[in-house]
Amino acid sequence: MSTQAATPAAPAPAARPRNRRPRASARAGGVGGLGMGLAMLWLSVIVLLPLAALAAKSLDGGLSAFWDSVSSRQAVSALKFTLIVSVIVAAVNAVAGLAIAWTLVRDEFPGRKVVNAVIDLPFAMPTIVVGITLLALWGPTSPVGVNLAFTQLSVALALLFVTLPFGVRAVQPVLMELDRDMEQAAASLGASPLTTFRRIILPNLIPAILSGAALSFARAVGEFGSVILISGNKPFDTQVSSVFIFKQIESDNSRGAAAVAVVLLGVSLLMLIALRFIEYWGARHDH
Amino acid sequence: MTTSSVSRYGIRVFALGYLALLLLVPIGVVLYRTFEPGVGAVWDSITTPAAVSAFWLTIEITAIAVPLNTIFGIVAALALVRSRVRGKRFLEALIDLPFAISPVVIGLALFLLYGRQGWLGPTFTNAGIQIIFSVPGMVLATIFVCLPFVVREVVPVLREIGDEQEQAASTLGASRWQTFLRVTLPAIRWGVAYGVVLSVARAIGEFGAVSVVSGKISGETITLPLLVENRFSNFDLAGAYAASALMAVIALAVLLAMTLLQRKGDAR
Amino acid sequence: MISVSSVSKHYGDFAALDDVSVEVESGSLTALLGPSGSGKSTLLRVIAGLEVPDEGTVILEDRDVTRLAPQQRDIGFVFQHYAAFKHMTVRDNVAFGLKVRKRPKAEIAAKVDELLGIVGLAGYQDRYPSQLSGGQRQRMALARALAVEPKVLLLDEPFGALDANVRAELRAWLRRLHDEVHVTTVLVTHDQEEAMELADRIVVLNAGRIEQVGAPRELYDAPANEFVMGFLGPVARLGDGLVRPHDLVLRTDADGIGVEAQISRIVHLGFEVRVELELAGEAEGSVYAQLTRHEAEQLELHEGDIVYVRRDGVKSLPSAA
Repeated sequence: MSTQAATPAAPAPAARPRNRRPRASARAGGVGGLGMGLAMLWLSVIVLLPLAALAAKSLDGGLSAFWDSVSSRQAVSALKFTLIVSVIVAAVNAVAGLAIAWTLVRDEFPGRKVVNAVIDLPFAMPTIVVGITLLALWGPTSPVGVNLAFTQLSVALALLFVTLPFGVRAVQPVLMELDRDMEQAAASLGASPLTTFRRIILPNLIPAILSGAALSFARAVGEFGSVILISGNKPFDTQVSSVFIFKQIESDNSRGAAAVAVVLLGVSLLMLIALRFIEYWGARHDH
Repeated sequence: MTTSSVSRYGIRVFALGYLALLLLVPIGVVLYRTFEPGVGAVWDSITTPAAVSAFWLTIEITAIAVPLNTIFGIVAALALVRSRVRGKRFLEALIDLPFAISPVVIGLALFLLYGRQGWLGPTFTNAGIQIIFSVPGMVLATIFVCLPFVVREVVPVLREIGDEQEQAASTLGASRWQTFLRVTLPAIRWGVAYGVVLSVARAIGEFGAVSVVSGKISGETITLPLLVENRFSNFDLAGAYAASALMAVIALAVLLAMTLLQRKGDAR
Repeated sequence: MISVSSVSKHYGDFAALDDVSVEVESGSLTALLGPSGSGKSTLLRVIAGLEVPDEGTVILEDRDVTRLAPQQRDIGFVFQHYAAFKHMTVRDNVAFGLKVRKRPKAEIAAKVDELLGIVGLAGYQDRYPSQLSGGQRQRMALARALAVEPKVLLLDEPFGALDANVRAELRAWLRRLHDEVHVTTVLVTHDQEEAMELADRIVVLNAGRIEQVGAPRELYDAPANEFVMGFLGPVARLGDGLVRPHDLVLRTDADGIGVEAQISRIVHLGFEVRVELELAGEAEGSVYAQLTRHEAEQLELHEGDIVYVRRDGVKSLPSAA
């Protein structure tokens, strides 16, 4: 009697009842436990291990040293500025993103397809090139004489540039899928276009708008390449946390840098969690 | 909904004006400034030994990081969509992490892990392998930042097509590997392609994380983005513009590929 | 009273409506019946103001509303896929039209409760549409449309998205509702049975034109052309004319009048029996006759038998439309 070697990724037995979950139960085409394990391993080595090292090193001198690094005047100033400018950028993106998405979905004009493609430009451009580009227009060599270099406004401009796609692309698909019948029903019931927008369209777009804002915020908080040149890195003025951390590394204070980095990481993680909640909340009325 | 013409034009002007002012005008200006000294000057600037070596280094890092990431992306996507393992949500959240972390934090984390005083630093130094301030570190940083792209593009495709085709293939006698090659891979190819394009764009343009781990050793660990910053800091504005122009050309090619692939994906 | 005069609507080269004129009596229930692409939905939406005609006029209750927006026409509209405001409760859905008209809160609350009672959704005030079944959503949509006491109620294939048994139930319910409330109602449907069951008058449309207008019986018994005849009921082609399968008479003996045919199949559909026939000779073709069980038993038919088919009496359409 021969014994069969059991392979780790054995195909599912044929008599599996499939009446309750038609798709999820079959394992055809999956990678099985081995694939899952490999993916987790790769993820752990590439992502988790370095982050663990970061967290551990930040606590090298103990909790008090950690607190000292995080609460230094410069660190706090950088963090405050970072958070405030990121919130403003997220808010502007919410409005601009809605307007742009509206124009792309509901309006018809020549060149609409080109404009649609242009929205993704910030995704395709290296951040350092974004910085150089903005400096060309808004810097010392500005052709229109507007020199915003080394100002807080310049930081905001750079962040608006790189986060533009988030605001638009979060709202655009939802707007496209919106049931036009609802708007026509509202019109048949006597609602003006403005009322229809306020009471019918906007409430259904809020989760997407919030999503876009959260993504913008998350990106803005950590943005480095586009900001480093144009902000001029003036501590207590235009320095954002990412630049602060970079300077700390350059000054050989990697533990202090790590402490602030952990705080920034915490902010990012909070944003990711908030995003999940927004998605979940947004889907509450879908059947 | 019939918006009044006034509001429609108003929104259009606001939206397009915002886009023009924020995106297009700066790009126009930098293009002008770049080619002001003439195409010849630009060409000279991007064919210096430093520039050429930066270019090839960028290509080299991208050529290692992106394929590795693509394999991970496909495997992870299959695991996320088709396995019935606990902790899928966790895996999905982890994969999104690189999107939310600042590049400088990423570079620092790698430095603290593989640097001379890092956790694994001594291990590698003793084995004669240098990670930080050398190419391997830059590759690792690039893989970190590119991690989510392929997965996130492939997952929705897998969810949409279901696994019935694979089931059919297995009833017809195909082995798992054959099924993967002949059924799964062709079905997800546009999602993979789009994810690869996004990864390539990100890999070529990565600045912050690579900046921290590179050590900026001229001729060895300077990529194109680092070159741009280097020239700028050394007051070689024209040189910085030229290198930026090169990257911009690559960015446009990427954008074009993205747009075309999106159409392909939609037309399925 | 709705008066549509010479309305045309084009989409590019495609004529959705071509010089259409029709009158709808106040208080009646009229069905716009036709196949996909016949223009029936377009006509309804022109009446509603959701589409603007290229030519022609629409008059509602002596007011020329042709260029007026839907908001100003005092209509109620019910959509095939409910168009429920999914982010609002049932109560807020039904109250929407009244809130837009800035009615006092107490009046709104009373009206909403009354209407929900009428449509059988009392107690569902705080539910969300996603928690309702398809039939319940459509009833909510009706309550919502009726809340503003419209002069005209327009329904665009209201039961098309529902299961067959829910559809039948709501059909009967709608007719009862109309008998009580008496709002001028126009209903679009592609289902002739639905039109026949519900409507006082039926307007048959085809390719953007009106083929015939009349009471259900009139359309069925005296169709103006082959299209109307074929759309309103089953037809059989015998010779060069159309006849209803249940108007075909079968004889087992040749009587000189009937066409010879061979029975290819006998299908027992419960009360009715369908006899599928292959016509012989000049009248070649397949046709089926519908017999009652009783008639079929009397004739003692079997598959393969030769019988003789003719029209019963004068209830057939003469040839040449």
